[in-house]
Amino acid sequence: MKEREEDWTLVIKPSSGLFDLQLKEVWHYRDLLFLFVKRDFIAAYKQTILGPLWHFIQPIFTTIIFLMVFGKIANIPTDGIQPVLFYMSGITIWNYFASCLTATSNTFVANAGIFGKVYFPRLVMPLSIVISNMVKFLIQFALLVAVIIYFAVNGEAIHFGLSWLIIPLLVIWMALIGLGLGIIISSLTTKYRDFTVLVGFAVQLMMYATPIAYPLSFLKSQSYQWLIVWNPLTPIVEAFRYSLFGNGTFTTSSLFYSLGLTALVLLIGALLFNKVQRTFMDTV
Amino acid sequence: MSDIVIKVDNLSKQYRLGTVGTGTLSHDLNRWWHLIRGKEDPYLKIGEANDRTIKGESDYVWALQNINFEVKRGDVLGIIGKNGAGKSTLLKILSRTTSPTTGTVKAKGKVASLLEVGTGFHPELSGRENIFLNGAILGMTKTEVSAKIDEIIDFSGVERYIDTPVKRYSSGMYVRLAFAVAAHLEPDILIVDEVLAVGDIEFQKKCIGKLQNVSKEEGRTILFVSHNIAALANLCTRGIVLQNGSTVYNGLITDAISKYQGTINNRVEQDLELETARSGNGKALITACYLENNKQEHVEEVLCGEDIYVCITLKTKAKPISKVDIGFAIHDEYSDCISVYFTSYNNQYFEYKHEGYFTTKFKIPKLPLTEGVYNIRGRIEAQQELIDWPENFIASFRVLPGDFYNSGYLNLHRGSKFYIKPEVI
Repeated sequence: MKEREEDWTLVIKPSSGLFDLQLKEVWHYRDLLFLFVKRDFIAAYKQTILGPLWHFIQPIFTTIIFLMVFGKIANIPTDGIQPVLFYMSGITIWNYFASCLTATSNTFVANAGIFGKVYFPRLVMPLSIVISNMVKFLIQFALLVAVIIYFAVNGEAIHFGLSWLIIPLLVIWMALIGLGLGIIISSLTTKYRDFTVLVGFAVQLMMYATPIAYPLSFLKSQSYQWLIVWNPLTPIVEAFRYSLFGNGTFTTSSLFYSLGLTALVLLIGALLFNKVQRTFMDTV
Repeated sequence: MSDIVIKVDNLSKQYRLGTVGTGTLSHDLNRWWHLIRGKEDPYLKIGEANDRTIKGESDYVWALQNINFEVKRGDVLGIIGKNGAGKSTLLKILSRTTSPTTGTVKAKGKVASLLEVGTGFHPELSGRENIFLNGAILGMTKTEVSAKIDEIIDFSGVERYIDTPVKRYSSGMYVRLAFAVAAHLEPDILIVDEVLAVGDIEFQKKCIGKLQNVSKEEGRTILFVSHNIAALANLCTRGIVLQNGSTVYNGLITDAISKYQGTINNRVEQDLELETARSGNGKALITACYLENNKQEHVEEVLCGEDIYVCITLKTKAKPISKVDIGFAIHDEYSDCISVYFTSYNNQYFEYKHEGYFTTKFKIPKLPLTEGVYNIRGRIEAQQELIDWPENFIASFRVLPGDFYNSGYLNLHRGSKFYIKPEVI
């Protein structure tokens, strides 16, 4: 009997190509992706009365705290942006990054149960997390827009222009860098859990190394300014504020630097994830 | 296009035992060091057959070793083996939840596994929402599920609860719903692992029927793992028997089942006296058990309807024991106990005053068992105290069809387990 290799539609081998990400398969499972998003969303608000409104609480309270600590006590300027808007915009975009990172960094360990029983492209899981958090981000962004409109109505000079169009790009960018870092961590922590301890507070500390509670312009001529400048998140946050309010400190080169780093992180993440997903069930 | 839909080639899977810690880190570094120098993984050379009962030399075991088999379209392949024989590892590799260490598997068509039903059900979502979610996890698209939703709900028989969160379901309803989704998957190759254990008889029958339908009428291939011999015999056409990670038999299901029973009914072949897998205080030991016919000849095959003698030999010690109660049980080929007898049921007790070997013969007139293989276990008690109880079977015998009724007719009805001789009045 003659066997032709192309007859086989599925070949299971000990190892696969480095970049064999099976994106085609991920596309085939797109319904699953959106069902996961829907599941996360529905499940989160079942048996709550306020439902998605709970997402307003966190940015509102954090903004109030920031106003008091950084605005009133530390007296840090806000780049000429209305302080409430300044803090709230930073918190909104930061929250998105932080939740993408912490949730995806847990992909393998948290889903070991389902991954161990049935096969679907593993990448569906972190992608669905990023999209679910996008929904949460949109809710918080809507709050931000509402507050902007409130200030505009009350006579505050508000910048509103074409620059708003690049906001979606910045958000996706933020998602990708969070996803990249998240899947790197999730791949590294299947066997040795050491890093999981780190993630929680590393994200917290990283916020202070990103211009969330202060503008980059405030750091001019400070000796530790390099730390903030080299943070790939800095240009994204500054660009986000710039497109919202017309005020922010970033250069084209800093944007390209950040973009390059994002691509690198995603590449390493994809590589590690692809390697680990095949055998992680044995070591998780 | 050839008819072979799955081809497993030299498949092996190695696992490391013990916990993950600094010890494993040094192995990982060593492995990585070999890898970057382009050398072979040093830990693949070691590793032992996976026998969980004995203490091994190394931390590495082969859960599967050099498995080769092919499955044709429309076959229902039963995978049989003791706990830890490698059945689930094999299915995990086939369903792609883990990768093999060496070897390849090639398959044609869509593979879906039903390793444990209800995977991915979310307790907060309603039955209907979970059908979509579960369907998607198993690889169906939304349109495919939508097209079959009515059929699925109908098959599950939980229509009344379909818009209630599944956390309110009984466990049986949960399984019904999950199996209903999986049964309507329509993959080319379906992998089923021990899912029929839950659910009531009615639903189990429905499941077996559905699987039979799927294989016979729709020409799909099924791989089925179960310890339920009856279900295997019913459903499968071919079987492979795994033992400690290797295939010991590959062929027709009936032969596979008898081969498997050969491996589980590991009757003590050597001296029963030296057997250590036994409990009891050891004041007396069962040292032999055999069957005799009317002519006092040892036999291993008897005819049904014949008089047989079960002979049990005890070795006693110098210390006298009294009120000894000798018991034995007959198990069928599936290791299910079908009858137990203790001499105390008949108010008979024995006394042993000297050291020595004593054989007791139990006559069973007109053996009422139907054709098949039977096994005997023995147990000795005295005054509510356990004297000796070997863990394994102490004897086995085969019953051949015989003229039980002395009428020239044989009772060959498959459902009969034993003979009765009613009198018409």
